[in-house]
Amino acid sequence: MEELYRLTIDQASRLLKQRSLSSVELTEACLRRIEQIESKIRACVTVCAETAMEQAKEADRLIASGQDIDPLTGIPTLIKDNICTKSIKTTCSSKMLENFIPPYDATVVKRLKFRNAVILGKTNMDEFAMGSSTENSAFFPTRNPWDLNRVPGGSSGGSAAAIAADEAIYALGSDTGGSIRQPAGFCNVVGLKPTYGRVSRFGLVAFASSLDQIGPITKNVTDCALVLNAIAGNDPNDSTTVPYPVPDYTKALIPHLKGMRLGVPREYFVEGMQSEVESTLERAIERLKELGAEVNTDISLPHTKYALAVYYIIAPSEASANLARYDGVKYGYSYQEADNMWEAMEKTKQYGFGAEVKRRIMLGTYALSAGYYDAYYLKAQKVRTLIKNEFEQVFQNCDALVTPTSPTVPFKLGEKLDNPLQMYLSDVCTLPVNIAGLPAISVPAGFANGLPIGMQIIGKPFAEETILRIAFAYEQVTQWHTRKPPV
Amino acid sequence: MKLPREEVLHLARLVRLGLSEEEIEKFSVQLSDILENFEILKQVDTTNLPPMAQSIALQNVFREDNPHPSYDPEEILANAPQREGNYFKIRPVLE
Repeated sequence: MEELYRLTIDQASRLLKQRSLSSVELTEACLRRIEQIESKIRACVTVCAETAMEQAKEADRLIASGQDIDPLTGIPTLIKDNICTKSIKTTCSSKMLENFIPPYDATVVKRLKFRNAVILGKTNMDEFAMGSSTENSAFFPTRNPWDLNRVPGGSSGGSAAAIAADEAIYALGSDTGGSIRQPAGFCNVVGLKPTYGRVSRFGLVAFASSLDQIGPITKNVTDCALVLNAIAGNDPNDSTTVPYPVPDYTKALIPHLKGMRLGVPREYFVEGMQSEVESTLERAIERLKELGAEVNTDISLPHTKYALAVYYIIAPSEASANLARYDGVKYGYSYQEADNMWEAMEKTKQYGFGAEVKRRIMLGTYALSAGYYDAYYLKAQKVRTLIKNEFEQVFQNCDALVTPTSPTVPFKLGEKLDNPLQMYLSDVCTLPVNIAGLPAISVPAGFANGLPIGMQIIGKPFAEETILRIAFAYEQVTQWHTRKPPV
Repeated sequence: MKLPREEVLHLARLVRLGLSEEEIEKFSVQLSDILENFEILKQVDTTNLPPMAQSIALQNVFREDNPHPSYDPEEILANAPQREGNYFKIRPVLE
């Protein structure tokens, strides 16, 4: 087979087990692919070919020894650059951490290495995961493989673009307000944000601690379940991970939806939504009905319209506290020419952070400052309770909700860069999910003028099996995910 | 609408964030626009509603306090902008 890099985890793992493919061959194929198309896509911040080849050889030795291997053994992956990798730079696409080398692996990376995964490198992102287009990277923007003049979405735009362009077999991203799902939707790949507490964030550079989750970005739903199997679970190093057992998520993948009750909340078909997105979703919902699902389109989540304000108060507030650590003392960029400590600190942040990060630090500081705390931060936390309660109520009569992933197809580079509010609206369908801590997946649902459109499926807390099942059944009858971009 | 310059400077000082003249000007407009959008929350009656800090019910997760080896000081200090021996070297705090 010539184009080994096009394989899924599921396919590659079978071939590795049959010994008709080696991890070295597969890793070489991905590295060659990266070399061949990175100048166009620019999905990677760091490529570590040498250590990847060592890991591939080790995986091949393990396979040759005849041991029972994990589906991820020997499979090449890319990791978003806000997830710590021991001895490999972790930059958050920020000048602040441009030369930061973590002394430890994030728990998710440890779990992948335990399964002898092959780490090809680190992917580009909006600086500190703040953004929806990957244009806020301090290094360079990433391009959408479906149209190089358009953004791949963000903030995990590097991971999503890389998987769409077959630079790796799968990737990890992080999602605080839609940062896995929106780029997955924009790039025609599968992206899952697990329930808050399902996957450890130890070693994920903190953005907004009550919202952040790590999740898989993959070429299909089966692969998504396989990666979740590996990364989910309790971690003593992250006290927000729950002690619930981790099921085998692939067992949930059955090709029909008989007995499934789905809701379509009307507030997600927002003003300003592109008509192609709306009609694509309507067609997708018809397919879900054909698969046996009972679909209720008369669902209402009236507080959805407040989610954007709640999110853009809570996330920047938490960020302003989390990013206070970048003072130029222990690690990261440090301004050395100052006359005194305060000046050094101020200049370190002034030159180390980009515009969006500064904007959110300022916004969060405002919402938390004396005189405004009650009106902004506390008020947002109370409305957050309402949004969560509203989801709970709706879930009494539905197993999952179906919405668009984003109100538009991928937009052009530069289009929203000078208008933060317009950029924030790009996440309007995804951020209520983080506010309520729910799991959600984005799956390829069609195209408009050659540009991908994603469908989001939202589940009850810890019901990843349900949303994976719906996504899988839909994937079996549509096959949008098998379409490849013209690169 | 614009956020007054003094207010922008006050916020920046609270977090010790240096800003250029251009940034002060830009943020006073942009922050004001964004804050205006937050006014929508005033429409919501939140009487007697508890604030929500995060979405899971876990509280006070305890573990045994067992000693275990920590990180190699060399690896930690390799990232230090300035070091002296096994210490981070910083500027005088009290002058």
